[in-house]
Amino acid sequence: MIAILDYGVGNLFSLRSSLAHLGLDAVVTADPEHIRSADRLILPGVGAFGDAMEKLTAAGLVPVIKEQAEKKPLLGICLGMQLLFEKSYEYGEHEGLGFIKGQVCPLEPDLADPALKVPEIGWNALHLLRDDPLFQYIHEGEYVYYVHSYYGKNCAESTLAVSDYSIPVTGVVRAGMVYGTQFHPEKSGETGLKLLKAFAEL
Amino acid sequence: MITKRIIPCLDVRNGRVVKGTNFEGIRDVADPVEMARMYNAAGADELVFYDITASFEGRALFTDILTRVASEIFIPLTVGGGINTLDDFDRVLKCGADKVSVNSGALRDPGLIPAAAQKYGNQCVVLSADVKRVDGQFRVFAKGGREDTGRDALDWIGWAVEHGAGEVCLNSIDTDGVRTGFDLEMLDAVAQRVNVPIIASGGAGKKEDFLELFGHKGIDAGLAAGIFHQKLLTIRELKEYLNQNGVEMRL
Repeated sequence: MIAILDYGVGNLFSLRSSLAHLGLDAVVTADPEHIRSADRLILPGVGAFGDAMEKLTAAGLVPVIKEQAEKKPLLGICLGMQLLFEKSYEYGEHEGLGFIKGQVCPLEPDLADPALKVPEIGWNALHLLRDDPLFQYIHEGEYVYYVHSYYGKNCAESTLAVSDYSIPVTGVVRAGMVYGTQFHPEKSGETGLKLLKAFAEL
Repeated sequence: MITKRIIPCLDVRNGRVVKGTNFEGIRDVADPVEMARMYNAAGADELVFYDITASFEGRALFTDILTRVASEIFIPLTVGGGINTLDDFDRVLKCGADKVSVNSGALRDPGLIPAAAQKYGNQCVVLSADVKRVDGQFRVFAKGGREDTGRDALDWIGWAVEHGAGEVCLNSIDTDGVRTGFDLEMLDAVAQRVNVPIIASGGAGKKEDFLELFGHKGIDAGLAAGIFHQKLLTIRELKEYLNQNGVEMRL
């Protein structure tokens, strides 16, 4: 059973459908008992970092996520990945969950090509920097779908894959059993489904 | 690097995909769920569904179709048509849409754009603008291209982007359905005005039209309906051609 953490952020239709399509049991929940009994966790998220951290805290989810992330695989998606970092600079300065060393920073001032648009919206090739069981069904250079204005920075030791947006943009991170993808696997066609399948087999 | 996107557009009326010419002459084409499957298999980067139904029954059929598509196709889905309120956003997002396209509803109530951006994020709000040349000016039209609003299109698009539209889909009424190429002059004018992704719509007739389109700076995606629906051009063939000619594509 996969527990999709519910804290009132984002649209979970596609994530639920893609897991169902793969024949995987999933439940959308904020109940600590469900989270403890699940064999893996997904932290979704769309929106602003500060607001999302506040909602996670208000839902009482922060301690249970920290406790359970040591025991079972966790996957943060998009903003859910950014929440795994130590800190974000989106509209101020916010503490994150702190699993991944590094910060979440705005893309725009860092782009080498200022003509590129922010948010980055669209399909970009994923370059695999390290072997990982998460990549067992995909190959170097497959395309994944991104929608974001901020990105994970100073996190080289945790970075498993990047995409090129005139600078290397952090695509996949990992620390222990905690994984994160900046792109949306549930919107990345067959490639995304293969990543979710691999996550379910970790 | 980020790829250019090829987007087939499905206009749905009473549960069927239709395609008109010059905003008129509507005729039946096919089953939307079947078509969505086919386009996904052919490599479409995104799908756009426009609900062109007026009736309550038609609207219920549309949300049913959307739910069925979103349950089995895992690429971005944009939905438009009849989006007048935040409740309309809510209705289609719950059925699996990722982005919502606003047109006449936002012209009537421009406050819809900032309200939706605040609630769902800019990335969720696509401004769809039907634009036509009138007296040497680009003018925005409402109601499916039938009503001249008298508003300057560039000012309207600029305002919408400043207030939360995360993407612009520009439909040129002047080139729609005539298949002689995209309206590059109009697209360039919009690309100079705003810095969000621009989806070009109206006028695609052959693969060379897309190559010419992507030679223009600031155009991120090409949208078409008839040439794909009538199999004059397959998405796979188009993407391979563009890729061979130096345009990065997801293949």
